[in-house]
Amino acid sequence: MTDEHPPLIHAERSRRAVRILAIRRLLIEKDVVTTDELDDIIVRARARTPADGAKVVARAWLDRAFRERLLGDARTAVADLGYQLSHDAELAVVENTVDVHHLVVCTLCSCYPTSLLGPPPDWYKSFAYRQRAVVEPRAVLREFGLELADDVRVRVVDSTADVRYLVLPRRPAGSEGLGEDALAQLVTRDSMIGVAEARSRDRV
Amino acid sequence: MGIGIRAGDAVTVRSIEVDHHHRTPWFVKGKPGKVRLVHGAFFNPESRAHGGDGLPKRRLWQVEFLQKDIWGARYRGRADDVLVVDLFEHWLDRP
Repeated sequence: MTDEHPPLIHAERSRRAVRILAIRRLLIEKDVVTTDELDDIIVRARARTPADGAKVVARAWLDRAFRERLLGDARTAVADLGYQLSHDAELAVVENTVDVHHLVVCTLCSCYPTSLLGPPPDWYKSFAYRQRAVVEPRAVLREFGLELADDVRVRVVDSTADVRYLVLPRRPAGSEGLGEDALAQLVTRDSMIGVAEARSRDRV
Repeated sequence: MGIGIRAGDAVTVRSIEVDHHHRTPWFVKGKPGKVRLVHGAFFNPESRAHGGDGLPKRRLWQVEFLQKDIWGARYRGRADDVLVVDLFEHWLDRP
């Protein structure tokens, strides 16, 4: 085992990459983590993709009892679908309705429901998103292409501590009669963060 | 222990500056909010971030703020738009 990182393909490293590599080396030097533990975290994070979260959403759209449990006790509800959450963080699901739209951000770092969505997109970790989502959520949503009606309240959720938040998007009109797999196709990563709505059937 | 907070209660976030790691965003310090629910008790990040054991665990509350109470006239949106933040009990006071 070596604590050397693999040679970088690009000669020019971004400032962020330099910073990450320095922190990684320090953590290993100081015995906070081992390279094996780091690799394990990365492998586990990449084992999940937004398709996993989409399955949970599709089930909630179809099964009213599951939806209630998901909103009340997400950990045990998703366990029924085979998703064992790590004990590092809790999961909470917030539901979009005709009256309220949720948007998730982590202003302090980049907390994200990795156990259901995989690693977060780069923009989720950007300073711009983290600063602006809490101050001007409607402008941020507009830039993502989502114009909310005037009668919809915006509820921004800042995941500051041990709870990771997943948005349960509204089921699109025209999706009646679709099965679970077809419904899951309508559920995008962005709709589970809250910067978009689920896709309508004709846009799949 | 605790200050007897229950879901639905009005609370104010402590307006103090500390020089250690903490998970209370600056923009809610000193602001009035309403407790929605308790998530449970978790290790205290203010201890763990500095090599401590995080004990005793602290209760973590979901607190909802009106955006206009946080940003004032700067906020452009509905008057009933809200911001939800998870805060540890020792950062909350009853007004």
